[in-house]
Amino acid sequence: MAESVDARGLSCPQPVILTRRALQQTSVKDVIVLVDTMTQVHNCTRVAEKLGWQAEYEEKDDVFELTLRKR
Amino acid sequence: MKRPRDFFATRLGIVIVGLVIGCLAATLQKLGNPANMGICVACFTRDIAGALGLHQAAKVQYLRPEIPAFCLGAFLAALAFREFRPRTGSAPVVRFILGMFAMIGALIFLGCPWRAMLRLAGGDWNAILGIIGLSVGIGVGVAFLRGGFSLGRSYPTRAVAGLTMPFVMVVLLLLTILYPQFGEEGTAALFRSAEGPGAAAAPIVWSTIVGLVIGFLAQRTRFCTVGGLRDVILMRDFHLLSGVGAFLVTAFVLNLVYEQFNPGFEGQPAAHTTHWLNFAGMVLAGLSFTLAGGCPGRQVFLSGEGDSDAAVFVLGMMFGAAVSHNLMLVGDKPNADYMVVIGLVIVCIIGLMGREKLAVAR
Repeated sequence: MAESVDARGLSCPQPVILTRRALQQTSVKDVIVLVDTMTQVHNCTRVAEKLGWQAEYEEKDDVFELTLRKR
Repeated sequence: MKRPRDFFATRLGIVIVGLVIGCLAATLQKLGNPANMGICVACFTRDIAGALGLHQAAKVQYLRPEIPAFCLGAFLAALAFREFRPRTGSAPVVRFILGMFAMIGALIFLGCPWRAMLRLAGGDWNAILGIIGLSVGIGVGVAFLRGGFSLGRSYPTRAVAGLTMPFVMVVLLLLTILYPQFGEEGTAALFRSAEGPGAAAAPIVWSTIVGLVIGFLAQRTRFCTVGGLRDVILMRDFHLLSGVGAFLVTAFVLNLVYEQFNPGFEGQPAAHTTHWLNFAGMVLAGLSFTLAGGCPGRQVFLSGEGDSDAAVFVLGMMFGAAVSHNLMLVGDKPNADYMVVIGLVIVCIIGLMGREKLAVAR
């Protein structure tokens, strides 16, 4: 079961803070992050990759679903 | 599923854009903009407030094309890359007040974070106090963010909400280009300084082109002077700061080339030497920008990509400029001491009241 973070509509840098906190605290290997701008897709990807996670995303109805996997 | 890849999101991308912006800022000064003020989002917004008659400080009234062009450049980039997303609803009135206090703080120092870098690049050592103050303000803002500060979520809205600010900026740009005269005596629709910083300006065509280019590039890279320092304090992430560093170094080198580098504390253009106010004004500005999510330039760019809350922040800055000049709060005027303390108390109250536990949904 993947953990999920809903960061839609939040200003910088809250999506990154929430993503970072989730990745540091979780024990699962998949975390889903929901954001609504490409800016946040890139920002959350950057913090995830720094912590050793891989990122992929897909867009559905103006929402970006970012899937982070522990390397 | 796609891997997030975009040249502009890379370290190299933001460094190149920082280089370009630094180059263009120093060149705008060479072309006629005020000294150490090739670009200043706070000063230029204040000049626009003056041109529209919101304050009567005769030396700082000019409808600067750079600000509308920033917004429209970002608007075009957002359209071209399918990133135009009308959104609103994240505490707009609080953002208006933060914009007001950010501007009041910036005008006590006499410059936004962009101009703080340009003042340093031009040898104005008073900027060091401003940049230290900016860093402290951002640090306090980061403490609030770590404690759960949030202005709440924005939500998708109708296109008209996102298009309003770009439309206003088109009108402003047309007003400054056409400079309409009304009545038989030919009374101008806008105020225009005959002397002082407001009278120093690069040709409109260059200001507009440079503004559009910077708006476009900054939208793509998310260039943000406050975000640069914030991300380093928050999580040792130097991505945005590397762009700001490139901006500062390039402006410094070009200032040497253009013979615009004059080191010292005394006699600097549009500056004062009251260290406490240079420091405290930027603490207030840095804290306000951090709580609102980005520097004044970034707020203008966001307003171009459909973010109505950022647009409200920009309008708050314009209101703050009028308040600053009408109530004599600018620079080291006597009222500035009181206002900077009042501003810090109010923005800290906003910071404390905005804390909430943002639950990580499972």
